[in-house]
Amino acid sequence: MFGMEFYVDPSRCIGCQSCLKACEECDTHRGVSMINFDFVDRGETIATAAYVCWHCDNPTCAQVCPADAIKKYEDGIVGSSLKPRCIGCSNCVLACPFGIPKLIPENEQMMKCDMCYDRTSVGKRPMCATVCPSQALAYVTPETIAATRRQKPVNTFRFGNQKITTKVFMMAPADAAEIAIDVADYTWEGEHEVVPQAF
Amino acid sequence: MKWFRKPSSAPLWQDEFPVFTAEERYVSRRQFTKFLTLTSLAMFAGNLWILMRSILHRAPSYPRQAVAALDEVAVGGLKIFAYPTVNDPCILVRTADDSYVAYSQKCTHLSCAVYYETETKRLACPCHQGYFSIADGSVLQGPPQRPLPRVALEKRGGELVAVRLEGEGV
Repeated sequence: MFGMEFYVDPSRCIGCQSCLKACEECDTHRGVSMINFDFVDRGETIATAAYVCWHCDNPTCAQVCPADAIKKYEDGIVGSSLKPRCIGCSNCVLACPFGIPKLIPENEQMMKCDMCYDRTSVGKRPMCATVCPSQALAYVTPETIAATRRQKPVNTFRFGNQKITTKVFMMAPADAAEIAIDVADYTWEGEHEVVPQAF
Repeated sequence: MKWFRKPSSAPLWQDEFPVFTAEERYVSRRQFTKFLTLTSLAMFAGNLWILMRSILHRAPSYPRQAVAALDEVAVGGLKIFAYPTVNDPCILVRTADDSYVAYSQKCTHLSCAVYYETETKRLACPCHQGYFSIADGSVLQGPPQRPLPRVALEKRGGELVAVRLEGEGV
């Protein structure tokens, strides 16, 4: 709708956390940020990554919801959980391959990015994209992205055998057709491994 | 919103609780509220129309029509006539020397023609054994719920004149 798409480029993220603050301003979830913000490997690097919900074409979170609380709307947005329905079971939190949904214990409800549905549904940009100084989170037209970035927008991800296409694009190297992630590559072992103590 | 269920290979629970709002077939709370509101509005408008109709309704005017000469009917005798139109049969009964009554002949139950039973002195409907009082047309017995409409008579010269129909449509 309105010809705009969301582009995430973690390599541009400078860790200013403006997006978190902007997201917290929203009246629908005042004080709670829906941005997922990571210090990638804090001991080794200052790299940070801020990203939003990817709004999968076939959302895993909604597929596993036993309460029918997560819906994908007709314009492609996967909504936050519906408050009257969410039972706070955390199925979506565990199932989402991107780790997006957050269980808010005080509310006993899962909340996640709904791409500022109140704003984007009327043609405004999401709060995070309006404040991001390096446009690591950008909500622009595909033409603008093609004209201003060297990377290529990719919206196909592969987690092991699960292939996911999304509404939100990740900026990837120009030769990448899809982003494949083997979760096992990112589990810490060896020196950081915690050996259970036998009593 | 899809109203009709299409054959689906998906399990029933997936069909009934789809992830995509576009596939939902059930009426949302908002739609239901809208339906209730609009239906109530329509009912209100209908009631208002009925109210206005009854307020603005004017009594129909009846023609004056000579029915019979005063001595044309013997005491205890009767005469069939049509009033106010030719399709509305009425019955005139001379109950006493100077007492005449006239009623619509259509039974208020199912419009059979009532006749005068001279032995019991009451109006009888043969279809379902409905009986009406000859004095005022009220129901004495049987399935009719409403009294017979009464034809108001006036004596004018040597004639009985029907002036209006009373109790019609009550």
